[in-house]
Amino acid sequence: MTQIEEERLQRTAPVPRPLESRPRGDRPTFVIRPAPRWPHLDIRELWHYREVLGTIVWRDIKVRYKQTFLGVVWAILVPAFTATVYVVVFGKFAKFPSGNVAYPSLVVAGVIPMQYFASALSQSSMCLVANLPLVTKVYFPRVLLPLAAVLVPVVDFLVGLPVLITLMGLYGTWPKGVQLVSAPAFLALALVTALGIGFFLSSVNVRYRDVPYIIPVFLQVLPLVSGVMYAVEEVPTKWQWILAVNPMTTVISGWRWAVLGAPEPIWPQAGLGAAVGIALFLIGLTVFRASEPRFADTI
Amino acid sequence: MPVAIEAQELSKLYRLGQMQAAYGTLRDSTSRLAARLAGRADPDEKQEIWALRDVSFNVDEGEVLGIVGRNGAGKSTLLKVLTRITTPTKGRAIIRGRVGSLLEVGTGFNPELTGRENIFLNGSILGMKRREIQGRFNEIVDFSGVGKFIDTPVKRYSSGMYVRLAFSVAAHLEPDILLVDEVLAVGDAEFQQRSLGRMEALSGTGRTVLFVSHNMQAINQLCDRVILLDGGKVVEDGDPSAVVTHYLHSALSSGSQISWPDDASAPGDDLARLLSARVVNEDGEALETADVRRPIGIEIGFRVLREGPPVFAKIKVSDNQGAIAFNAMDVSAHWNDHSVPGRYVATGWIPGNLLNEGRVSVEAGVWTLHGAKLLPHGHRYDAVSFYVYDPGDGDSARGRFVGQLRGVVRPLLDWSVERVD
Repeated sequence: MTQIEEERLQRTAPVPRPLESRPRGDRPTFVIRPAPRWPHLDIRELWHYREVLGTIVWRDIKVRYKQTFLGVVWAILVPAFTATVYVVVFGKFAKFPSGNVAYPSLVVAGVIPMQYFASALSQSSMCLVANLPLVTKVYFPRVLLPLAAVLVPVVDFLVGLPVLITLMGLYGTWPKGVQLVSAPAFLALALVTALGIGFFLSSVNVRYRDVPYIIPVFLQVLPLVSGVMYAVEEVPTKWQWILAVNPMTTVISGWRWAVLGAPEPIWPQAGLGAAVGIALFLIGLTVFRASEPRFADTI
Repeated sequence: MPVAIEAQELSKLYRLGQMQAAYGTLRDSTSRLAARLAGRADPDEKQEIWALRDVSFNVDEGEVLGIVGRNGAGKSTLLKVLTRITTPTKGRAIIRGRVGSLLEVGTGFNPELTGRENIFLNGSILGMKRREIQGRFNEIVDFSGVGKFIDTPVKRYSSGMYVRLAFSVAAHLEPDILLVDEVLAVGDAEFQQRSLGRMEALSGTGRTVLFVSHNMQAINQLCDRVILLDGGKVVEDGDPSAVVTHYLHSALSSGSQISWPDDASAPGDDLARLLSARVVNEDGEALETADVRRPIGIEIGFRVLREGPPVFAKIKVSDNQGAIAFNAMDVSAHWNDHSVPGRYVATGWIPGNLLNEGRVSVEAGVWTLHGAKLLPHGHRYDAVSFYVYDPGDGDSARGRFVGQLRGVVRPLLDWSVERVD
C-alpha cells in the first residue's frame, strides 16, 4: 500500500460515536443458558425484533419479481390460468355441482386462497435452508423466518383479488352484507395452518432434505380434498365431515360464504377445520421451538 | 470496573456425525435405527466432541479481549455461543449491554438487490434500527467508495466493491459489545488495514470488543488481554505478548534447538557430521520468538572426523509457505586448504530488520565445495524454526502501519527524501 493510499484511509476512516452515557441499569442484560427443556415463545423478544421481520418480508417481496419481465402481473396470471383450466375441465366437461353460485366465481374464490396456501406452505417449509447464511451467522428469533414466509404471499393474494372481483361483477354474485367482514378471518386460518405446517416441515428440513419431495405431492392432492373445484355442501354429508378435518375446506367454504354469498358453512364442520388448523399451528410451533437450538449445528 | 461479559463454565458438546454429515435423508436415519435395533453399534453414536469445556472468563467493560488458538480449538464455537447462534450444552454467560456480532462480512447480502437496498437489509440483520441506518446512510456510502453504483444490483459489483460495501455497513455498527470473528482474514491489505483501524477506534470509545484472529500482529496490537484456547479449554489467560508467545511455541513443528546425542546417530558421513543447531540471541541464549529488530544467530555444532577439504556451515532460511529467503554459508577462511579434525561451533548472524514477521524455518548443514558444486555432508531440513514478531513500537520497517506487509524479507531501508519543487 502506498503512502498516499494510507493517508486517504486515515482521512476517511469513520470516527465512532462515543458510547452513549446511559445509566448502567439501562444496559440490557442477557443470560445465555443451555436450551430449556420446555420450549416457549418469547413474545417480548419477537416484538424487539419486529424490524428484522419487516426487513425479511420486504426483501422477499422485492426479490420475488426482480428480473421477471411481467413482474407482479404473474400474481394475476397464475391463479387466472389455473382457474381457467378448472372451469373448462371440471365445470364444462365433468359438470361439477356449483350450488347457487356461478361456477367460474366459485372456482376463482377457491383457487385464490388455495394459491396463497400453497405458496405460504412451500416457502415457509424451505425458509431455514433458504436462509442458511443467516441461520449460521447471525442471531434473531428463528420464528421470524417462517412468519415472514407466510406473510409474503399475502401480497400475491391481494394482487389476485381483482380477478375475483371482475368475475363477481360478470356474474353478479356480490357479497351479502356483513358476513364480508369475516373474510379476513378465513384467510387468517389459512395463514395459521400454513405457518403450523411450515414450522414443522422447516425444522424437519434442517435435518432431512426429503421435505422438498413431499410438498409437491401434498399440494397436488390438497385442492381435490378442499373443495376448490366443487361446492362442499353438494357432497354427501358423511363425506363432508371427512373433508372438514382439512382446515382448507373451512377456509374455502367460509371465504365463498363471506365474499360470494354462497350457502353458510355448517358451523360444527367449520369449527372442526379451525380446531385442526390451530392444533397444527401449536404442534408446529412447539416442534420448531424445541429444535431451534440445534438449527445452526445441524443445518 | 463493571463486567460486560461473564462466561461461567460454558461447555458445548457436538456429535461428530452431526458435524460431518451436514444433513441426512430419512433413509440414513432409518438404517441407523435398524442397526440399533439389531444390537449393532451405530458408528456415529460414540463420536462426541467437547468443542468447549468449562470455559470461564470475564471481560470488563471497555476491554479488548483476543482469543487465539489453532483451528478446532473452539474459538468459533465460543463466539457462536456468545452471539446466541447456538446454545451451550452446559454453563451460562451473562452479557450486559447491546451486542453486535460480526462473524462474516456481508451477512444476508442479496445479489439481486441494489447496494442501497443491501445496506438496509444487512444493517437491519446486524441489529441496527432503520432510523440509525438512515442517519448513517451517507457516511456508509462515502466510506465504501461505491458512490454512483449504489443503485446497481450488487451482483454486478466487482468482488472488491462488494467487500467494501459490506465492510462499510459493518464498520458503522456501534453496539456496547462487539464480537468479531476472523473477518480480517478476508479482503486485501487495504481492507485488513481498515478493519484494524476501525477496531482500534471502536475500542478507544470504551466499547467492549471480543476478537478472534490468527493474525498475531493484530492481536498484539489491539488487545488488552488474550485467552488461549486449546481442545475447547482455556489454557492461558493474560497479557497479550506472553500468551501469543506461548501459543506460537506450541504451534511450531520444529523447535528452536536440535541436537543429536552421539556422533553415530548425527546426520553426516566419514568427513563431517552435524551435531546440533540452535537459534540464539545476542547473549547466546536460545530463543523461540525473535524481535524483528534484533539480530538472530543460527548456531551450528559439527564435528570434522578426518583431514579433508574445508568444511563449512550453511543455512537455508525459508518462510512459513516454504519460500526461500536466502542461502548463506560461512565464507571465512578457518583453514587454509584442508580441515582439521575436531568439534566446532559456527554461528551465522541474520541482521535485525531483515526477515519478515511470521514463522521462519532453517535448514542447517555442513558442506564442502567440490569444484563448482556444493556437496552436503550432514544436513537437516527444517532443523530449527523460530517466530519473528514485531512489537509494534513504530521503529521497525512497518512504521505505524498495522496491516500485513507481504514478502519473505522486510528490510528497513534508508530513505532519502528531498523536496524537488
